[in-house]
Amino acid sequence: MTRSSDDRRVAWVFLLPVLVGFTVFYLYPTARGIWYSVTDYSLLNTPTFVGADNYADLAGDPQFWRSLRVTAYYVVLNIGSQAVLALGLAALMHRLTRSVVVRAMLLVPWLVPNVTVALLWMWLLDANLGLVNHLLSGAGLGRQGFLTSPVWAMPSVALVNTWAYTGYTALLLYAGMLQIPAHLYESAALDGAGELRMFRLITLPLLRPVLALVLVVSLIGSFQIFDTVAVTTLGNPAGATRVVYLYIYEQAFRYFHMGYAAAAAMVLVVILGLLTAVQLRLLRASRSDLA
Amino acid sequence: MSRIAAWCTLGVFLVLTIVPFYWMVRTAMTPAADLYTDSTGLFPDHPTTVNFRRVLGLVDAETARAAGGSGARIDFLRYTLNSIVYCGLIAVGQTFFCAMAGYAFARLRFPGRDALFGVIVAALMVPPIFTLLPNFTLVKDLGLIDTFAGMVAPSFLMTPFAVFFLRQFFLSVPVEVEEAAVIDGAGRWRIFWNVVVPMSRGPLSTIALTTTVWAWKDFLWPLLVGRGEQTRLLTVALGVFRQQSPNTQPDWTGLMAASTLSVLPVLILLVVLGRRLVQSLNFTGIK
Repeated sequence: MTRSSDDRRVAWVFLLPVLVGFTVFYLYPTARGIWYSVTDYSLLNTPTFVGADNYADLAGDPQFWRSLRVTAYYVVLNIGSQAVLALGLAALMHRLTRSVVVRAMLLVPWLVPNVTVALLWMWLLDANLGLVNHLLSGAGLGRQGFLTSPVWAMPSVALVNTWAYTGYTALLLYAGMLQIPAHLYESAALDGAGELRMFRLITLPLLRPVLALVLVVSLIGSFQIFDTVAVTTLGNPAGATRVVYLYIYEQAFRYFHMGYAAAAAMVLVVILGLLTAVQLRLLRASRSDLA
Repeated sequence: MSRIAAWCTLGVFLVLTIVPFYWMVRTAMTPAADLYTDSTGLFPDHPTTVNFRRVLGLVDAETARAAGGSGARIDFLRYTLNSIVYCGLIAVGQTFFCAMAGYAFARLRFPGRDALFGVIVAALMVPPIFTLLPNFTLVKDLGLIDTFAGMVAPSFLMTPFAVFFLRQFFLSVPVEVEEAAVIDGAGRWRIFWNVVVPMSRGPLSTIALTTTVWAWKDFLWPLLVGRGEQTRLLTVALGVFRQQSPNTQPDWTGLMAASTLSVLPVLILLVVLGRRLVQSLNFTGIK
């Protein structure tokens, strides 16, 4: 590379690989996806333009609406339990220990593939031989076919992923808590404030920007649940766990309705796009507040 | 007193985190024939390694079937290696190329810079499933199904997040060091390679590590593009393995042995790089 007072040439060299990757695997497929969504396309034929037909069909497709409702139900259960547990866990660590070993142990479920987590819990929740049911019947409670019950399947999936992600979320919140000046806690303790009071009056308000950001990021991830369901229930029983990602996947790769699947994915783009816009705003806000 | 209660609560979290993994290994060491009579004790009555050997493809089909397998060929050694290759390629490629771009966006002056960066950040808003469908047809049209090239292609060169993250990092580094090098007459590339990269080991390894973890967990994309035996990743193989006995009770001892294999490399990573990994989860882990 020769020296140059003009950055323009050098910049293109630095940017070339990323621009190629971005154009070929982000820009082009985005345009193509939008195009698919207004066509009839089965992977085998060439796409034929059908206008807004796919969107009109989607609007009147009870299966699609159900998958959105099922996903929303999952998100509420998953994010609700995960947020409460992770916040409690982070606060505990923050006030008790800086141990790297403890943190590393809590991180393990997040490091493991979702597929492994799903299989592991499918076994633990097995109706006949699973550990959870052994423990339940040992405690005098009835056995449950967790993942095969229309009522329990979705809460079970939500709890499995809460198990997988709580440690990770807690560590992010914990990192946020470390940025809160320690002297605030010291003077509060001198004033005789208890731990719960400190949590309510110091930790929670000062953590708010970080908490909001972490929640939005978890929310975006949660909307995209697929692996767990694809490995365990495949949308069953009777569609009780057919989340929107699985619905799109089935439309595209089982029934080969590529155009229809692309239109359904567009709806998801709108939902997640709005959430990501919020995330980017919060990211900027949290920088200026706490850094 | 309340401190003891707090420690106990933390202890409960740790136990709940670890026990499922213990049960996975315990099941993997149980002979399949014992599963009905021996699924409650803390230790298996007749511990065995046959389940590990058969999922690694180290025993013949007959022994595998006798130990509870379906008889279909499985070779988790190969799938593990495939996963490691997949993660390695993506982590190295993505970190390197995104560092270059992040540096250019942070330091170099050229027309259209901020607009271009804005477009890349905007792509963060597009959920992966949307680009997944056309990317699949693209890779298929290029004849790259069941090749590593096709599998790593979409994330080898970049992800918008990595570019965003590294650009933000380079912006926060003081320029004085580089200015000294400019006065010395070093070109941009030499400054980048000899001054900036060595200074940025922390953030670069953070991106490489997070990328590795995400690639390790990848399922949907490799399921579509790398189903074949030659390119099958651990996660995909686990999914396939699970479906090989769909009507009867799944082959739990084999599945748990295979699952254990998907946890081991991560544990090794955690032991070797634990401190770095844990500490990198400040805000950076967010993706």
